[in-house]
Amino acid sequence: MTTIDLETVEKLATLSRIALSPEEKASLRKDMEAILGYVGEIQKAGVKEESPKAGIVRNVLREDVNPHESGAYTEDLLRAAPKREDGYVKVKKIL
Amino acid sequence: MAIDLKNLTIKKAHDHLIKGDFTAVELAGAYLKNIEEKNKDLNAYLEVFDDVAEQAKAADLLFKEKKAGLLTGIPLAIKDNILIKGRKVSAASKILEGYVASYDATTIEKLKKEGVVFLGRTNMDEFAMGGSTENSAFGVTKNPHDSSRVAGGSSGGSAAAVAMDGALAALGSDTGGSVREPASFCGVVGFKPTYGAISRSGLMAMGSSLDQIGPITKTVSDAEIIFKAIAGKDPKDSTSLDTTIYRSENGQEKKRIIGVPRAFTESEGIDKRVLANFQASIERLKKLGYEIKDIELPNIGYSLACYYIIMPAEASTNLSRFDGVKFGLHKDGKNLLEDYLLTRGEGFGKEVRRRILLGAYVLSSGYYDAYYNKANGVRELIRGDFTKAFETVDAILTPTAPTPAFKIGEKTNDPVAMYLADIFTVTANIVGVPALAVPSGTSMVEGKSLPLGIQFMASHGREDILFELGKAFCGEEV
Repeated sequence: MTTIDLETVEKLATLSRIALSPEEKASLRKDMEAILGYVGEIQKAGVKEESPKAGIVRNVLREDVNPHESGAYTEDLLRAAPKREDGYVKVKKIL
Repeated sequence: MAIDLKNLTIKKAHDHLIKGDFTAVELAGAYLKNIEEKNKDLNAYLEVFDDVAEQAKAADLLFKEKKAGLLTGIPLAIKDNILIKGRKVSAASKILEGYVASYDATTIEKLKKEGVVFLGRTNMDEFAMGGSTENSAFGVTKNPHDSSRVAGGSSGGSAAAVAMDGALAALGSDTGGSVREPASFCGVVGFKPTYGAISRSGLMAMGSSLDQIGPITKTVSDAEIIFKAIAGKDPKDSTSLDTTIYRSENGQEKKRIIGVPRAFTESEGIDKRVLANFQASIERLKKLGYEIKDIELPNIGYSLACYYIIMPAEASTNLSRFDGVKFGLHKDGKNLLEDYLLTRGEGFGKEVRRRILLGAYVLSSGYYDAYYNKANGVRELIRGDFTKAFETVDAILTPTAPTPAFKIGEKTNDPVAMYLADIFTVTANIVGVPALAVPSGTSMVEGKSLPLGIQFMASHGREDILFELGKAFCGEEV
């Protein structure tokens, strides 16, 4: 049985940048225990230790050629931002 | 002429439009009227577009100019996680409040070229996380066959829209069964193509190694028409495939063999009515001349557990982009960190928060090997089981869902019970194979006739086998 304590939930919430109420932390703790108890079943599967292989579907990036004209999509994308200033997305000071 | 929406298919609608029996404007109008009547109760649509008549007029012009194709003027509903430039799109989440798509999804671009008519965007579980559409921030979608029950999910709005004759067909997305399970609950056809067959560009990402867009339709032929119109390699999605990549028909026409993983389909928790219907469906296939063969898939019992590790891990990563800075909702705090915490805390619904935390857990150092890495290993084992099975059978058959549509609220407080609704559907996403869910009859439950469904899976790229079997089973012209 997997046990999750409240501190783990709090740590995960901080890492995930999600503010949670005390009640929700408690209910998430319970849910996560039940879910991890269920998915923990896979520990019983006979997986052999081997290095992961690339599958047939690979993430192949396109050639970095023929760039579009600078600024062609700026307005389209900036229009979606909640706060903007002079052609930039605006955020609060970080340091 | 009066338009018989109930029996209309894409092909029939096209023939009528060609003959001039009705116009695209009249056809769209007939659907709008139905939506007007039924959507208040069922909540299939989050928004009905205000320019439907103009889109239909443009389609009529294509008919006049003899430039119309099979999909021209066909009214479609689109799941609210597929981008249409200039229109609102929210993934049924508050965190995308006010967001307007800045580009067209590749599927939308292709459908626009065909001249389809987009009727509106349909309700779903928030960010496609759920099996009942109860996780929408905008209320549940009810099942057209019994409004006390769920329509399924996460593409519940798309399935209900087609089932209530509120659209001729719809697009959904399927990460673990989100096209097939609601299709089964609503008595329509749901199709998840081979991973990579349809571009994911412009589909909001949940589990990127699992997600596929798929059609929800009334007939298998309609699903095939839409699939062919939107499939193909796309430079904007590097995981998309040239659809010929896997195809290997090395023999002439042969009698198809259908495999049934009995140990799995008869496992605990499968509803008796579902099992009885599944057995009857097997008999129907035998009568149609197909050979039924019992098969073993030794690791399939792990597929749901494997899925509920890989999917939250990928979703947790994908959803980090919703930060209150680039688009959608912004909640103001004292500093940037607080902006993030508040925006994401208030913007994401409960199930989304649950899966983000779960994903962060299985990816965190100390648990990564025990969960995420292990799940990837199990994924390989399940893939191996399927490869082996497809050496002796052409298709694998299971029920689509373990129960008929359940009651609204029945499973909302028990996430594990809710996840079990995906038991038969997740494997196709884990393995990446195509899967087709078709209606297989009904069962009387508390005085209401509820649809049941079965699901065919085929090897990678063998959509053709699924269409062939599906049409034969449903009695459609091949």
